[in-house]
Amino acid sequence: MTLKARVKVIRDGFALDVQLDIDQGETVAVLGPNGAGKTTLLRALAGLLPVEGRVELAGEVLEDSALHLRVPTEERHVGLVFQDHVLFPHLSVLDNVAFGLQAQHRPDARRIASRWLERAGLGDKASSMPRELSGGQAQRVALLRTLATEPRLLLLDEPLSALDVTIRAEVRRELSSQLSSFGGVRLLVTHDPLEAIALADRLVVLENGCVVQSGTPEEVTARPRSRFVADLAGVNLLRGKAHGDHIEIAGGASVAAPDAGQGDVFAVIHPRAVALYLARPEGTPRNVWQGVTEGIDLHGERVRVRVKSAVPLVAEVTPAAVRELRLHAGASVWVAVKATEISVYPA
Amino acid sequence: MALAGLGLLFFLLPLAGLIVRAPWNQAVGAITSPETATALELSLFCSLAATAIALVLGIPLALVLSRTTGNLRRLMRALTTLPMVLPPVVGGVALLLAFGRRGLVGSFLYQAFGIQIPFTTAAAVMAETFVAMPFLVIAVEGGLRSLDPRYEEAARALGARGWMVFARVTLPLLRPAIFSGAVLCWARALGEFGATITFAGNFPGRTQTIPVAVYVALETRPDSAIILSLILLAVSLAILVGMRDRWLGAL
Repeated sequence: MTLKARVKVIRDGFALDVQLDIDQGETVAVLGPNGAGKTTLLRALAGLLPVEGRVELAGEVLEDSALHLRVPTEERHVGLVFQDHVLFPHLSVLDNVAFGLQAQHRPDARRIASRWLERAGLGDKASSMPRELSGGQAQRVALLRTLATEPRLLLLDEPLSALDVTIRAEVRRELSSQLSSFGGVRLLVTHDPLEAIALADRLVVLENGCVVQSGTPEEVTARPRSRFVADLAGVNLLRGKAHGDHIEIAGGASVAAPDAGQGDVFAVIHPRAVALYLARPEGTPRNVWQGVTEGIDLHGERVRVRVKSAVPLVAEVTPAAVRELRLHAGASVWVAVKATEISVYPA
Repeated sequence: MALAGLGLLFFLLPLAGLIVRAPWNQAVGAITSPETATALELSLFCSLAATAIALVLGIPLALVLSRTTGNLRRLMRALTTLPMVLPPVVGGVALLLAFGRRGLVGSFLYQAFGIQIPFTTAAAVMAETFVAMPFLVIAVEGGLRSLDPRYEEAARALGARGWMVFARVTLPLLRPAIFSGAVLCWARALGEFGATITFAGNFPGRTQTIPVAVYVALETRPDSAIILSLILLAVSLAILVGMRDRWLGAL
């Protein structure tokens, strides 16, 4: 069972154009900033939005705009879990979970539903109304409601982001175990990298309606191809034109980097590789710029210093170094990066 | 402040007059008198029948209205709400011209089936429905528009088809809006006078509802008119108290 989707949606000046293939038993997380088109993608796959393109699930064509073919949502056997549970407020927990089974005309719908609740440890909530549940419980019930229908494709729309941080970890653990025992195709969209990395085997990074990068979480964070990914990986990302031993970045500055190759490239510099000095440093580093400190943030035991210079960079230093260099916003500093600390790959 | 007090007084004085001048010692007799009982019974029947018809026709109409957009919606909305602003007498005349013996539809009904609608109980029910149904439609449409569409989407994703989505999700979620719409509709139907007397006339036991009876009794039996008015006032107050803030929120 696999999902093959090529989806185009154009609405109010926003264009989504995504190609997505997911294998059975694989959890893919579509990760992207708000407004990237994640929810639009999910709704399109669920059949709640007319799209251009073709969606195929387990060999069955769900949508083919060229053939004017469109399977309605209720016949797609896709499970959709919303950000904030959307449990039917007028039905008990048990009736909520039984709803999809009743729609399938299963005669023992309520018994199956109560078994799902028992197994999830929510048996004592069966007769409660949704408003009597905590946020975490409600989201777990919503997940069970969807899983009970045994969908072929599970679509999760930011399933944890509406929850309190304190219970998020707990629900994430349960979600993770439910996902691994679920046999169909799993697709999660989120703007929370932690959620994506914890739950997914593969990340697809979506920005402005397009896929900018995909791969395992390690692959994606090792070679960011967008500002968004660079930020979540916590590294400096530069883009420019390589000329053998240096890269010319936008704004005209030149960054020395051995074996940079030719053509459009990305360059990643870890903040730990960025050194700060009060005066122009002597010696080896070939990349030295003078700049102004823009901001200082505490990151665990380390301090991240944003410096505005010909090449805008974030440096990671110790609190002791901050005192020594008398760093404060607006302070003048010298930035140095060893050429060998820069990793370059084609754009 | 003074003007506000004057405004309030303007509302309260007539009501006070009604209560002060009411022949309380004859109240029981007046209520249980055959004419009053007949009018009351007929009023209840007609207003409840009108509400039932409004529910059956008005909910689907509200559904269609809430799912239409653009000019068509504006047109349909204007048409359905027209009876709310139209003088009821005009509504009665219009009904007469449509369903009267020589009317648009009425002439056909009379020639083909020998059916005559005007001046029957059916006419009273129709007149009340005509005037009162918009209240229900507007309330239900408002409820539909404020309904989170994701409930229906969730139901569809769970495999529920059109009818099941409507019966098990949409309708129950609309219950408060339908209830307040039905109460408003019933109250309006109960008090309907202009369209009823024009289209259905004033036949005791057949078309003489309480408002019509009040108007007629005012000439001959003013005490009776006051008692009947008090009954309508009590019903209105009961609805007002019962609905409280849901009243205008639904509109």
